[in-house]
Amino acid sequence: MFGKLSIEAVPYHEPIVMVVLAVAAVMGLGVVAAITYFKKWGYLWKEWITSVDHKRLGVMYILVAIVMLIRGFSDAIMMRSQQAIASGGAEGYLPPEHYDQIFTAHGVIMIFFMAMPFMVGLMNIAVPLQIGARDVAFPFLNSLSFWLTVAGVILVNVSLGVGEFAATGWLAYPPLSDIQYSPGVGVDYWIWSLQISGIGTLLTGVNFFVTILKMRAPGMTLMKMPMFTWTALCTNVLIITAFPILTVTIALLTLDRYIGTHFFTNDMGGNQMMYVNLIWAWGHPEVYILVLPAFGIFAEVVATYCKKRLFGYTSMVYATVAITVLSFIVWLHHFFTMGAGANVNSFFGIATMIIAIPTGVKIFNWLFTMYEGRVQFTVPMAWTLGFLITFTIGGMTGVLLAVPGADYVLHNSLFLIAHFHNVIIGGVVFGYLAGFTYWFPKVFGFKLDEKLGKASAWCWIVGFFTAFMPLYALGFMGMTRRLNSYDNPDWHFPLIIAAIGALIIACGIACQLLQLFVSIKNRHQNIDETGDPWGGRTLEWSIPSPAPFYNFAHTPVVEERDAFWHMKEKGISEQKPAEYQDIHMPKNTSAGFFIGIIASVFGFALIWHIWWLAIVSAIGIFVTMVLRTFNDDIDYYVPAAEVERIESQRYQKLSNQA
Amino acid sequence: MSNQHHSQESHDHGSVKSYTTGLILSIILTVIPFGLVMTGALSAMTTLAAIMIMAVVQIVVQVVYFLHLNEGSGPRWNMISLWFTILIVGIVVVGSVWIMFHLNHNLMVGM
Amino acid sequence: MSTQSMTNQDAHAHGHEHDDHEHHDPVATKVFGFWIYIMSDCVLFASIFATYAVLGTNYAGGPTSHELFELPFVLVETFVLLASSFMIGLATLAMNKGNKQGTMLWLALTLILGAVFVSLEIYEFHHFISEGAGPQRSAFLSSFFTLVGTHGLHVTSGVIWAIILLIQIATKGLNDMNRSRLMCLSLFWHFLHIIWICVFTIVYLMGVI
Repeated sequence: MFGKLSIEAVPYHEPIVMVVLAVAAVMGLGVVAAITYFKKWGYLWKEWITSVDHKRLGVMYILVAIVMLIRGFSDAIMMRSQQAIASGGAEGYLPPEHYDQIFTAHGVIMIFFMAMPFMVGLMNIAVPLQIGARDVAFPFLNSLSFWLTVAGVILVNVSLGVGEFAATGWLAYPPLSDIQYSPGVGVDYWIWSLQISGIGTLLTGVNFFVTILKMRAPGMTLMKMPMFTWTALCTNVLIITAFPILTVTIALLTLDRYIGTHFFTNDMGGNQMMYVNLIWAWGHPEVYILVLPAFGIFAEVVATYCKKRLFGYTSMVYATVAITVLSFIVWLHHFFTMGAGANVNSFFGIATMIIAIPTGVKIFNWLFTMYEGRVQFTVPMAWTLGFLITFTIGGMTGVLLAVPGADYVLHNSLFLIAHFHNVIIGGVVFGYLAGFTYWFPKVFGFKLDEKLGKASAWCWIVGFFTAFMPLYALGFMGMTRRLNSYDNPDWHFPLIIAAIGALIIACGIACQLLQLFVSIKNRHQNIDETGDPWGGRTLEWSIPSPAPFYNFAHTPVVEERDAFWHMKEKGISEQKPAEYQDIHMPKNTSAGFFIGIIASVFGFALIWHIWWLAIVSAIGIFVTMVLRTFNDDIDYYVPAAEVERIESQRYQKLSNQA
Repeated sequence: MSNQHHSQESHDHGSVKSYTTGLILSIILTVIPFGLVMTGALSAMTTLAAIMIMAVVQIVVQVVYFLHLNEGSGPRWNMISLWFTILIVGIVVVGSVWIMFHLNHNLMVGM
Repeated sequence: MSTQSMTNQDAHAHGHEHDDHEHHDPVATKVFGFWIYIMSDCVLFASIFATYAVLGTNYAGGPTSHELFELPFVLVETFVLLASSFMIGLATLAMNKGNKQGTMLWLALTLILGAVFVSLEIYEFHHFISEGAGPQRSAFLSSFFTLVGTHGLHVTSGVIWAIILLIQIATKGLNDMNRSRLMCLSLFWHFLHIIWICVFTIVYLMGVI
């Protein structure tokens, strides 16, 4: 009846897990109680859960990302504190099987359920506004993508309380992840949460690729697109071409575990190395999927706050495209030591070094944009400056690791850990947080608190260096990754420093949350009346803040790069149009939500081998899909009078200010 | 503008003639390699080369006569995305085979 | 369509001439989006082909491709699928002429041939498994069943899609929505036959040389 599931699956004998669950339950109940008390369920359902508005979906994506950032960061704190304690024979407070799950969960959550949703959320908010579109190409698919991501998030978090998570490392290499060596449900949680959210990501990729190519405002040729849109385009190309590889790799592992095939087993002709090969053929493009949009954000931020057009726009576009293609021919550098030999290693080593060139081009794009610019030291600029320094160091250690000979010495050590955190925190996280601050007023209509934002940036930057520079040293000292305890006393002191660094980053996250809280409390002081709080250059700043649900009352016509800046120079940016037209908009739908929820039940049933439930939920997903295709009532028109009413409020505000 | 669209669309869908041409060419390009392999008329290497070439030709035939990707400027992005996909498919397949072949060689698998 | 005319008016109001490149045409956008999905499906099949290329000769002492494959049977499968690919082409031609009955007839024939193809494949699989050559026997057979099976699953979902589309065309006629669906389905079907050319050549023909 319940497959492998029994009451024993709940880890009630583990105090840490139970306390976490209790806290989560109390907080969850608190949220539910608050929503009920303020009678917001109807509002939540109508305006958010069933919404197909790209801005709202973007907000929900980022909300998920922030919650998962806290979850993933808790794992990081646990690892850092464990390693700071468990020296010289001491065992610390985390037993190995628990520690292994923590570092696996940390990697999986940070990449798939923090960075990816954050990136997709920012793309959702900014891309349609930057290209002058009213929505994405397929609004329902957008909602479906979000709820499939949520299904993955649900599964990962359920694993905390029911059963276990994978203890294999974030990429679950076989043979360790085969049924023989990981007979529990941990790897199955990993499989299904990634597989379901991966489908959501693929749909997002298709959706935004088509949106950018087909929905641009008239006159916006490719070379007039804002830089963030360019990087989003390239990221979507990578999603479309890389995620199917992940789907296949995980599916083959699933077959090995569920029906006993021999793709990656030790016997019967299986080959684990093929798994490593395939998963990195996805895994390397994946890091560029994450970092390219961050590059785009820095380009927008630098141009806006230096009051200059981006230096070398064309070169940056070509650099981005070059990275997109090159990211597919470097994947072997993740397994130089596997034994493919000198010819193969040198090809991939050189390809990896070459990819540093277009990245370097971009660094100079940003630097020369700042040069002789009127730099305003705002919060996004603080993140950008932190990024430039941090990322350059990370890039250089990357080039070092790209030398196969050096990699033989440094692979699997903390040097590697320091390197990829250096580029992911310094590049991806800083970029997303800059974008978060930059576009926040466009979505909510008020700016974030400046002081706390800067405090957060400082804590992150200082904390990052304190936490990860010792790890470079530890790598040279021979410390390998994923150690639960160690007996080399020399490693103890750097690990204590690293733990302190993690605490400083914790302060950074606390400042970020406090900033959100304070800014919401003081929202009337920070209000953005004009819709253009930063003196922006691109189309998203030409409309009011918060952006109306239809985005643009009139589809803008683009003549130049930095279209809005051009309009301001010509003095036509605040021209009130003579008349308004009806606007065609998609209707909200609950289908995406239901499919997402049923998909998480489907995943849960497969994880615990509850076959009847898997069949029932698969049918449920199918029926919901088919019913949706039979529904023709999917769009409506906003009457011109309504548009005029909303728009005139803004012109009222503008004239009040003047 | 919409007129332009419709004329372009009807262009894209080909005709009975193009589908029939595609069908006949596909049948020929399926039967020949089948015959070569069944009869063993040529040496193994020649057969291999011949069937590979004919598979590629048949794919091109279907792209042209069934998918109609060769016409007009409309499907420019379809074409670009197809070429990019072919590039990635090539990289993934050839790269994997190359890597794994060298690996097996170095590990002396099957010796 | 209305969005389209609206953008035009907008441009007019601003006093600009603008070239409209497929701007906001819902049918074209849908078909293009589906094309992009097919591109990603190509990469999906490429990954499985790569796996087959690497593992396809690891027989692990079990049956080899030379012993298992029966080419005449596969040739029949190939022609069934090719015929169905031709049929759906005729269905789209009928649709373009606005011929609802013709469209439904050709679509029905497509899905029947698709179902025949899937049945033949199931028969072949059943035959192999009953001979002790199931997917658990060796890495070669694991990758063979997965590659051919994934293609078969795609055809199966195409058949189900065609059934639903038949109902939709029967009830709602050849409206914009159903036209874009049939165009997507025909792309999907032609694509599946192109994948089958690769399966036929790389798996079956090369397997017995």
